[in-house]
Amino acid sequence: MEIEIKAFGIARDILGNSTLNLDISEETSVEKLMLQLKKDFPAFKELTSLAIAINTSYATPDQVIKQGDEVVIIPPVAGG
Amino acid sequence: MIDIQIKNTPLSVDECRKWLVDDTVGGEVLFVGKVRNHTQDKEVIRLDFEAYAPMAIKEMRKIAEQAMAKWPISQVIIHHRVGQLDVGEIAVIIGIAAAHRKEAFAACEYAIDTLKESVPIWKKEIFADGEVWVAAHP
Repeated sequence: MEIEIKAFGIARDILGNSTLNLDISEETSVEKLMLQLKKDFPAFKELTSLAIAINTSYATPDQVIKQGDEVVIIPPVAGG
Repeated sequence: MIDIQIKNTPLSVDECRKWLVDDTVGGEVLFVGKVRNHTQDKEVIRLDFEAYAPMAIKEMRKIAEQAMAKWPISQVIIHHRVGQLDVGEIAVIIGIAAAHRKEAFAACEYAIDTLKESVPIWKKEIFADGEVWVAAHP
């Protein structure tokens, strides 16, 4: 299934775009997605941290991505 | 009561204090986070802030709710700015109204500490000779 991933901050710089369209299999976990992202974009490996948000909540590694989910790459946060 | 906002116009301490008016309590603690003019030994020209707004508001609201659950405080206001901020401009205001000062200080510290850990807001430091996303790399 095709998903659109949004990115902010340095994640956007790494992708070269604020969105990334990816074809993933059904039942892809967040952990699997992160491995894929780090493989396709090795610069993600150098960051202090990396998280994925699904539908505006931090996702757990074993969470499965569903069609229609809003998936966002969350690089190290720096608010305040 | 809780007020959470992300704004792209200058924040106002007066506006936040007006909202915090609660004559049943006598204590107010405000934290104001501003853009400073240097990082280590480099001169900062400005900071560019961006937010994943729907989630940032949700996470800040969670923080406010947790603060109200942990301490006997009556109000929490969190305003965060996004966009390009010059040195000296206010990036965040956190205000707590409470009957007693101990809880007000504790809740305010908790709120800013937790905001910095979990709220999806990012800032890029702009120097004369380059730019860096804060905290992105070890």
